[in-house]
Order: sequence, then structure tokens, then C-alpha cells
Amino acid sequence: MALVLTEEQSMLRDSARGLISDKAPVSHLRHLRDSKDPTGFSKELWHSFAEMGFAGLLVPEEFGGSGLGFMEAGVVMEEIGRTLMPSPFLATSVVAASALNRGGNAAQKSEFLPKVSNGSLLATLAIDEGAKHRPLHTNLQAVRAGNGFKLSGAKALVVDGHVADLVIVAARTAGAAGERDGLTLFLVNPAAKGVSIERTIMVDAHNAARIEFANVQVNADSVLGEVDQGAALLDGVLDIGRGAVAAEMVGLSDEVFNRTVEYLKNRKQFGKLIGEFQALQHRAAELYVDIEITRAATMKALQALDADVAKAASSVAVAKARAGTTATRAVQEGVQMHGGMGMTDQFDIGFFMKRARVCEELFGDANYHTEQLARARGY
Amino acid sequence: MSETETAELEQFRSEARAWLDANCPPEMRKPATSDADVFWGGRNAKFSSEPQRIWFERMRDKGWTVPDWPKEYGGGGLSAAEHKVLRSEMAKMGARPPLSSFGIWMLGPALLKYGNEAQKKEHLPKIAAGLIRWCQGYSEPNAGSDLASLQTRAESDGDDFVITGSKIWTSYANYADWIFCLVRTDSAAKKHDGISFILFDMTSKGVTTKPILLISGYSPFCETFFDGVRVPKSHVVGTVNRGWDVAKYLLQHERAMISGMGERGVGRPLGQIAADSVGSDALGKLDDSMLRGQIATFDVDEAALAACAERAVDLAKAGQAHPAFSSAMKYYGTELNKRRYEILMSAGGVDALEWESERSKQGARPRAWLRTKANSIEGGTSEVMLGIVAKRILDLPGA
Repeated sequence: MALVLTEEQSMLRDSARGLISDKAPVSHLRHLRDSKDPTGFSKELWHSFAEMGFAGLLVPEEFGGSGLGFMEAGVVMEEIGRTLMPSPFLATSVVAASALNRGGNAAQKSEFLPKVSNGSLLATLAIDEGAKHRPLHTNLQAVRAGNGFKLSGAKALVVDGHVADLVIVAARTAGAAGERDGLTLFLVNPAAKGVSIERTIMVDAHNAARIEFANVQVNADSVLGEVDQGAALLDGVLDIGRGAVAAEMVGLSDEVFNRTVEYLKNRKQFGKLIGEFQALQHRAAELYVDIEITRAATMKALQALDADVAKAASSVAVAKARAGTTATRAVQEGVQMHGGMGMTDQFDIGFFMKRARVCEELFGDANYHTEQLARARGY
Repeated sequence: MSETETAELEQFRSEARAWLDANCPPEMRKPATSDADVFWGGRNAKFSSEPQRIWFERMRDKGWTVPDWPKEYGGGGLSAAEHKVLRSEMAKMGARPPLSSFGIWMLGPALLKYGNEAQKKEHLPKIAAGLIRWCQGYSEPNAGSDLASLQTRAESDGDDFVITGSKIWTSYANYADWIFCLVRTDSAAKKHDGISFILFDMTSKGVTTKPILLISGYSPFCETFFDGVRVPKSHVVGTVNRGWDVAKYLLQHERAMISGMGERGVGRPLGQIAADSVGSDALGKLDDSMLRGQIATFDVDEAALAACAERAVDLAKAGQAHPAFSSAMKYYGTELNKRRYEILMSAGGVDALEWESERSKQGARPRAWLRTKANSIEGGTSEVMLGIVAKRILDLPGA
């Protein structure tokens, strides 16, 4: 497969860009933040996403979805990254839809996937427990009780956690924190007794929540995949999420870069356009190269996911690690080259810096993924 | 791509794999580790081993020394997609390139674009068959980064040009049969407008070469002197005084070649090489956590660059590539290769400092380390590459 967008993918990009740049420029995020919007995203826009087939982009056609692949999901994520549009697309349409589609039994798929496709169900994955992303350290306990399990523990950075209708919870049914065996995924109704949800207002003004589970009773039908053997399913779902976030970071980096280069071409100091200074030209050129390399690595990872999720881990680790360092560099150079203006809230560039920081932590930062690659290569 | 095309490509893949498997000698399926492992062709070429000869001749006969050149010029006539498949099959097998050649990497593409039919028929088949070894006459003592200020003169005399001047950093000029050379044919014009791109035989009267000893202790480059060398005007490629167009086009290919130098030298993963000298702990992690981090970061960047190199080729085939993108790749690829060798030196410690011992293969590693320092200078410095990106891709003012 060539590492360029096909004609169909380019058309998808154009229609996503059209909708997003028209309805959700950065001012949309600013408005949601300043008005302390209780939902944290626009339901009307989400409805449009569903109508355009984006909500069910990864869902097979038999469940009302578009049946497209991860490259296509990446195309939409990149456009979301350009305007920082808050959207359930990542948590619901990419991560949760993949978990349900890959791990769900027939009943679970037909119950939930059509609702993902038509935009009526918001879902999310609850994975992180500590300050850093360490999936194998999952320690939320699920002990057998009656016909099912009782869940106890707490999760953090649950994207869209306060608006989700379905929370997919990674829990430990056996073994100790750090072990691969003994992980199980559960489908939990957030309205269940014992679930308490605290919306956490984050630095990037995107949705996140802390969720506590106090002896939450779930029945046996709530298990997604196999009891104790959830690690493989979780790996795949997380890698899909990582590929998608990397694509968002590519879009974010590219947008910051374009805005910064524009600024270099317009801002005058010392009687010159500041873009004439070689000190800035070379830094801009280096950043351009970094972004293009990261873009290619991300496309490579999405292609690898499309070919075989189980074999994509190294490509995904490379992409997410690169996306982290590149986005961090892009937003720092963006603020620096905008000078004092870059430090003002009135100017959009700071929104990109804040979102990049959250994307960096989501599903593992650059250090985490660099470490994964070293382990995979055996040194 | 249609289903038929995909099926045809898969058919080609299995045929290519079978052919390579049947024809590539086992000795040619491991990375080249010394200069003798690389076959450059030319009038005085010698094979360093029988498998090297067999591999070269079989690939030559198949047209696969230059798989994507037209068959009429000695190539394999493969489509872009087939060429990519062949490369990936060769990479999977670890098969070495059968022929290394500036004719293939640099002159050939320029001739295919700018050469006339007679020039293509004369030179391309000899490049494909490894009969003529080429060198590049670009830089001069006073024309380095500012290449267009070159002063080697070509004066018109009837049907000939008479060439006088000198070139420097001419790679392997002392082994080359022919040279592709930039000369000034109009000294009154603006510097970019008076240059011609001309080809001539290095055995011509008035050509002398003198190797330059480098910090690596090797002499891959020469000074090359022209004292009234007579060359027929028919040897100019493209239009007289429009040689800069050809030169720039060729430079794009040269930069792509240099940015890929690191890839060609790859053998075992860096982490494993480092483990040999620094050791590992009980969990199999390198016993130097900072070095381990450096290597892992390097591996991330190297894998990402490989994806970008693949994408650059795909973009070119799709007609979406920016012509200056090779400058971006050249910049990153050469800086990365320098990083690779800094890591190798650090990993090797004291052992990597031996210069003349048998044990160190005559200081192979430190000499290679020093050689890489030229990567970000030759073919345009990193600073020139960044300037090109700033000006031609980003369109920044006054660059």
C-alpha cells in the first residue's frame, strides 16, 4: 500500500475538513470553555457527524456503520486536531467501537454498535488509574459475586466520562498489578449503583472524568471478551486509540506550524519580516521536517493497524512516540515564535499547547512508547 | 488500485521472490561490511568474490541493476509499484544491491530527463551493465555551498569545448572512467545562467586526479584538474548555459542517495551491537540506561524516517511530491546517520578507539564514524538544506 491518501480518503478528508472548519473552528472550543458548557461538546455537531457516517466510521455495515478502516479514522482525527474540536469521535467511535467490535459477542454487538453508528450512544474506555499510563498495572478489582462480579476501584482521565452512556472498564480479576494475565474488560452502565463520576476540568478544556466504583455489581453478560484474558483485546484497542491520537497530534502540529509560518511572514521587527531571519528560518525548516516524518510514521502505523492490529504494536509505538515529541516541539516553537502574543489567552496558539500536553499523556507518552520499542527489540 | 492490478502485483511479487531465491547466492544475502563487498563496475572493475560476480551478472541480465529504467536502455522496465515490490522482497531477503554506481543514482535519472536520444543510447546501457564508472565534477575549491559560483571554464573552439580548471571532493575520481561535470560556458551571464552540464572521458588528455587524505585515513575524494581538455560540444546534456537545471535535478537524486546511506549500512540492530560491549542486566536490558534511552530514541526516529522515505517515493509516483523534499530527507537522514555513529562509538567504548589492529578490522568503526561527518556536508550542507526548505517549501521571505 502506498503511503499516500487514496482518492476516496482525500474526499473523506475534504468533507471532514469542510464540516469541522466551518462549524468548529478553535473559537468553538473557546466558547464551550468560557460558557462552562455542561456537555463539553456540541450535540448538534455530533448529530451531523452521525449523519455523515463518521460516528460509525469503524463499525461494520451490518451494524449500521460505514465499515471503513483506521486510515480513514486517522484522516478524521487529523482534521479534528486542526481545530481542536471537542468530539466523542475518539472515545466512542474509535476506542469504544473497536473494543465492542473486536471483543463483543453477537448480543453485545447488536445491542451497542447500531447505537454508536446512529450517534445515540456515547461510550468510553476507563483504563488509567495512576498518574501515568500503565495498562498492565490495572488494579481495579473485580471479584466474583452472585451471577457476576463486583467492581471496586477508581479510574482517571476517562475521556467523555461524565457524558458516557457506557463505560468499558479494565479490571483485574486475577493476578497482581503488573501482570498480563488476570485482566478483564467490563461493560458498565454509569447509572449503576456505586458508580460516582467527577467531571475533571482539564487544562485543554476537553472532556475527562474520574470515576469511582464502590462494589458495583455487574452480571456475567457484562464481560467483554474473555475473563482473565483481556490483555490481548486491550492491547489492540489501546493501539487503535494510540494511532488515532497520533493522527490528531499530526493535525494539531501541522496547524500550529502553518499558523506560525504565516506569522513569520507578517510580523515585522527591526524593519524586517521576522521570517527573513535565518535563526528562525532554520528552526521552522527543522520543524517542517519533523512533522513530515511524523506524518509518514503515523500513516505507516494506521496502515499496519488496517493490515493486522495484532502485529502493529511497533509501528504504533514509533508513531505515538514521534507524535509526542513532534507536537511538543511544534507548540513550543509556535508560542515562542509568536512572542508575547503567543502567551495571551486571546490568541489561539495556547489552546494547541494545552491540547498537545493532554494528547501526549493519552494512551502513553513518548517515553512510554520509546520504552516499548526497546523492549520489543530485546535490549 | 483495482483488484486486477492488486492480483497482478501479487503475482509479480511471488515470481520476483522465487527468482531472487533461486538466483541470489547465500553470500550476497548479508550486509556489506567492507568496501570490497561493494561492486562499483567500470573498465577496471574486479569482483572480490565469485558469488559477487554471479549475483551481478544474473541481475544485469534480468535488467535489475536498474529495475525501473526502460528495457531499451538496459533496465528492467518495471512499473513504480513493481519496483517497490522488488525492493521490499530484496530487503526481506537481505540481498545486496548487485551494483553501486553514481551512474545509477545520479547521472541516469538526469539523462533520462534531459539527455537526447543519442546520449541515452550511448550511456544508459553501459551504466546498467556496469561497464562505465562515473564520477561527479561539481564542487570547486571556491565553490562549495555556493556551487553556482564555479569557475571551471569551457571555451568554445569549433565543434569542441576546451575545459580548464579544477574540481574538488570528486568521489572516486581516481577510479572513474567518465565524469559528469559542471563548467562555465558564459562568464558574462549571471552565475546561474552561464553553466553547462557536460560529459567526458577521464582518460582525455589534460585530466589528472589527486586523492585527498581525510580524517578517516581514507581517500574517497580527489582533487581533479583539467588542463585544456578537449570535449565535443555534443557531450553537453540539455541546453548550453542551462546546465544549472540539470545540476539541480541531479542534486535531488544525490540528496536522496546520501540520505539513504545510513540504511544501506545497516546490519544488526544498534541495541544488540551495544549489548555485546556494555552487557545486559538479568532482565535483558542494556547495562547502561542512558545509552539504552539514546538508542531507543534513535530507533524511533530511524523507523519514522524509513516511513517518510517510503512515503517520499510514493508521493513522487503519485505526482504529489515537492521537488525540494529531497533536501528535507537529506538533512534528516545525514544528521541521523551521524547520531547512529556517535552511539556506536559510545557503545564500543575503548574497543572502538583502535585504529590499526587486526582485531578492529583496521579501525573499521572509528573510520566509519569519521566518514559520517561528511554526510551533512557533501551534496549540500545541512544548513544549505534547511535554507532550501525555508525558501522553496515554506516560502519564507528573503531566504
